[in-house]
Amino acid sequence: MKDKVKFVQGNEACVEGALYAGLDFFAGYPITPSTEIAELLAFRLPIGGGKFIQMEDEIASMCAIIGASLTGRKVMTATSGPGFSLMQEALGYAIMAEIPCVIVNVQRGGPSTGIPTHVSQGDVNQTRWGTHGDHSIVALTASNNQDVFAMTVEAFNISETYRTPVVLLFDEVVGHMRERLVLPEEGDIPIVERLKTSVKQGVDYHPYLPREDGRLPMSDFGGVHRYNVTGLYHDMWGFPSDDPGVVHGLIRHLMDKIDNRTNQLVRFKDFYTEDAEFLLISYGSAARSARHIVERHRRRGEKYGLLEMQTLWPFPYDLVRQKAAGARYIVVVEMNSGQVCQSVRLAVDRPERVSLANRIDGVLISPTDIQRMLHVIEGKGV
Amino acid sequence: MAIKDYVRERFFPHIWCAGCGHGIVLNGLIRAIEKLRLNKNDIVMVSGIGCSSRITGYLDFHTMHTLHGRALAFATGIKLSRPELKVIVPMGDGDALAIGGNHFIHAARRNIDITAIVMNNQIYGMTGGQYSPLSGYGTIASTAPYSNIDQSFDVVELATAAGATFVARSTTYHVQEMAEMIQEAIVHKGFSVVEIMSPCPTYFGRRNRQGDAVDMLNYMSKITTPADSIAREDNPNLIERGIFIRKELPEYCSAYDTIIQRAKEGK
Repeated sequence: MKDKVKFVQGNEACVEGALYAGLDFFAGYPITPSTEIAELLAFRLPIGGGKFIQMEDEIASMCAIIGASLTGRKVMTATSGPGFSLMQEALGYAIMAEIPCVIVNVQRGGPSTGIPTHVSQGDVNQTRWGTHGDHSIVALTASNNQDVFAMTVEAFNISETYRTPVVLLFDEVVGHMRERLVLPEEGDIPIVERLKTSVKQGVDYHPYLPREDGRLPMSDFGGVHRYNVTGLYHDMWGFPSDDPGVVHGLIRHLMDKIDNRTNQLVRFKDFYTEDAEFLLISYGSAARSARHIVERHRRRGEKYGLLEMQTLWPFPYDLVRQKAAGARYIVVVEMNSGQVCQSVRLAVDRPERVSLANRIDGVLISPTDIQRMLHVIEGKGV
Repeated sequence: MAIKDYVRERFFPHIWCAGCGHGIVLNGLIRAIEKLRLNKNDIVMVSGIGCSSRITGYLDFHTMHTLHGRALAFATGIKLSRPELKVIVPMGDGDALAIGGNHFIHAARRNIDITAIVMNNQIYGMTGGQYSPLSGYGTIASTAPYSNIDQSFDVVELATAAGATFVARSTTYHVQEMAEMIQEAIVHKGFSVVEIMSPCPTYFGRRNRQGDAVDMLNYMSKITTPADSIAREDNPNLIERGIFIRKELPEYCSAYDTIIQRAKEGK
């Protein structure tokens, strides 16, 4: 039991989660505040026979993991804002070609070089819309080490199940904060292995023909089925097509496979939301401060509640609408200019109830910050 | 096996213009692979974007058509993951050396066992004839209507300086030589680069008054000479063909195997 309890950074919890999920190929490029993930994996991966490579930039890192994934590996890269911007084109390729992969973005302040060693949650909308063209994406987040571990495992499972890139949108505070992590035993959390094709050698294999349940069984590059993979619109053999029917069918498939499964993909934590008149909605490190406020008010018998979001994309509109139904005040606590707040306003009835409590100066939003903003929202002054 | 056993016949005729050199490269590539009697399931071909990059779709291997300039980065992931596979990366000159220049030099520096084929037609053909990093000073292109003032790279010198352990150059006029070089490049354990000068009569030839496809092919025999030939003493402007570098250095994937060994032994 003793060696199952660790005192680690969030970035290390992510590494532990990834290895637990079966990660065996990582490509990356150093960037604050995600670098520890690459450093730890350079040490850990070869011990289990896995592969680590430091590429020449984040573009190459993203491309390399896509290539490795095609050969049958579970793959990941890790970065922060500027590197995440560079990865956008290849992220779109992974979406288009339906290649499972996990991308960690430990958020720092942007735009541009921004504020590398300080916290931000400014990449939420970039994660959704960063790569060009219509598409869907899955993005998960977490506020503490145990959840970082769990969400990392979840990211691999979702990525393998739906053959889609999954973004882990952590932040500098979560990534660098040290706290307790209890490593689950093998088998405690189910692991999804890649669905391989059962089509035998010599029989026509259609790499992009979904099964009835929508899943696409894969054949590894180097295996018995030779096929084509492209970032162009393609038919069920993986060959380019500009037939409007093929194009329409594929774009619908790529979006529907995520958006139509929002309810299966939504992960969240719920603190006293049932009867909350004051509903806070938050995620990542900001949710820790929000929870502190909620606990404090509940001790006084005041009806405060917190919805901690763990799935940011696809956005859980139904969940948010439902949780917010009885609240007088809805306050979104985040460290950006209202990126999730914007979606919350779209989700709820009577959006005039929604306020934003935020910091955008590289400093973790504290319970005191939130308390002051709540006073203002209630019209009680600072 | 015959040539047709290596191609996906249903995608022919190919998209290349009449007189384009890329079909000759395709032929040379197949001849090389056929001579080596490689199993088709053991070959992965990765390309980027451009006229040259369409070559992968015509070949019956594991094929990946990726992003402009990034083919070598995708290929690096494939090769490191499965070193037993033969990984071949055909690229255009703009693809390999402009947008993909960084990946090119770093793949060479790592000496990862990938065969890079640079199909040099001195132009961006797919987008309609803009100047590439190999167009050369004084040439005309749609984005250099007065004259190109960009100096060009020498692929052989660049690959050599970057650390490639096999570097060769040929042309689509010299078909036998070209196929043999590709064959040797595939066999070489390490990062190998073969530059193949391949004419683009549609854009480069027409704008630069190099005549038709046949004229352009003949021109390549006139402006090149075998490496270290006497002809170059009389005319130092002749472009050398041949194998310029062939040396042994630790190959990346093999070196990584020793890392795995050390990690497992805890040292």
